[in-house]
Amino acid sequence: MTEPRKARVATVSLAGCFGCHMAILDIDERLIALMERVEFDRSPLTDIKTFNRRCDIGIIEGGCCNEENVHTLIDFRKNCDVLIALGQCAIMGGLPAMRNAIMHSADPLRECLEEAYLTGPYLRNTTRLIPNDPVLPLILDKVYPCSEIVDIDYQIPGCAPSGDIIFSTLVALLDGKFTGFERETLRFD
Amino acid sequence: MNGPFQFRIDGVEVAATPGQTIMEAADAAGIYIPRLCDVEGLRHQGGCRVCTVKVGGKAAGRSVSACTQPAEPGLEVENDTEARNRVRRDLVEMLFHEGNHLCPICEKSGNCELQAMACRLDMTAATRFPYLEPCRDLDASHPDIALDTNRCISCGRCIRASQDVDAKGVFGYVGRGIHRRVAVNGADLAHTDAALADHAMSVCPVGCIIRKGEGFATPIGARHFDHGLIGHEIEGRAGEDLARKDGRK
Ligand code: SF4
Ligand code: SF4
Ligand code: SF4
Ligand code: FES
Repeated sequence: MTEPRKARVATVSLAGCFGCHMAILDIDERLIALMERVEFDRSPLTDIKTFNRRCDIGIIEGGCCNEENVHTLIDFRKNCDVLIALGQCAIMGGLPAMRNAIMHSADPLRECLEEAYLTGPYLRNTTRLIPNDPVLPLILDKVYPCSEIVDIDYQIPGCAPSGDIIFSTLVALLDGKFTGFERETLRFD
Repeated sequence: MNGPFQFRIDGVEVAATPGQTIMEAADAAGIYIPRLCDVEGLRHQGGCRVCTVKVGGKAAGRSVSACTQPAEPGLEVENDTEARNRVRRDLVEMLFHEGNHLCPICEKSGNCELQAMACRLDMTAATRFPYLEPCRDLDASHPDIALDTNRCISCGRCIRASQDVDAKGVFGYVGRGIHRRVAVNGADLAHTDAALADHAMSVCPVGCIIRKGEGFATPIGARHFDHGLIGHEIEGRAGEDLARKDGRK
């Protein structure tokens, strides 16, 4: 008989601050117990940058603010059985989505980039240029929550979510017993 | 109808007196009915519909707002069921989407009734509604008070408080339908009678009416809704009543 294999977990940070990845580490010493049951596959934690095999769980930090984010997210959906949006950025755009509020102006992207690189009051930009190197991913018209791009199976709220809620959710999913969150533990910040 | 009478909420007998609303009787009995526009000390408005309950049985029943509907003898009220809470969750979610609610940067977070209601109603599934992402004003003209209307849910509490308690009428509705907004009776808040001590400045359920210089004063873990779900104080009353009766025995 073969040992049951460990669940494969892939993670990525899209338009996020990496705080949600730090929150995964807030699982603290329970990580040791968790690592008995899972292995990290494509993830900044392993530095594996592409999918070479199917994964059981994909964890997404951050929403989509550029075209590369969209491609990556679609790739995760294709390669993961269960997709989790982790944190407010992945769930509803979060802090990057603050720029969406100016998206009603006539030329929103220009306004956004000009304020960020040219006209903002606290800037020092000696080139006086908006970066446009071809290797930079194209910025989207606005920041999109993950669920507007692909189907998301579970959303773990918080900014960042607590190590407790990440741990208990992952364990419940691995046991096939996830029936929802304890409402008292939900936080949106 | 003169004396006290009984009716039922989710099958539980509740005592009421003539003139009491369903919500008032429920509160006294320690049964929480979710609400946003209604608050103790202000007249009922019946605007947000988060308190919607069903009266008169499942099939033939009709939806009423518990904060305005008088209790009646023998009434059967459906409150804390999956169906009612699903409608409430949709309403709350639409309030989030109608404005700009970025909880991680909001100083009301942890003390906000809208956020707390979303937690109580388990608003965690991927959304089915579009974000409207409106452009709304921030009015920081007043020395002590700021208004971030991105977070206003048009509950009308400030309007009722300013009119009925402060006798000032600083706030009022303008526009109609989805364009109905709350506005102040001056060019901006600095050009009104608004004062920090006004009752109106302490009733906002969300982070729209901001008391300057107080933001983020309470650390995470010590904020109001860090101590329990919204409504747990009212639900606690049921237990207290029993304990009191037990004590008397
Ligand atoms: S949800 Fe908060 S912690 Fe997570 S990526 Fe966004 S800003 Fe960072
Ligand atoms: S008002 Fe409440 S729901 Fe809106 S952003 Fe602030 S904390 Fe979140
Ligand atoms: S400002 Fe606050 S109290 Fe007034 S209507 Fe808006 S949400 Fe309600
Ligand atoms: S609380 Fe009853 S309608 Fe708002």
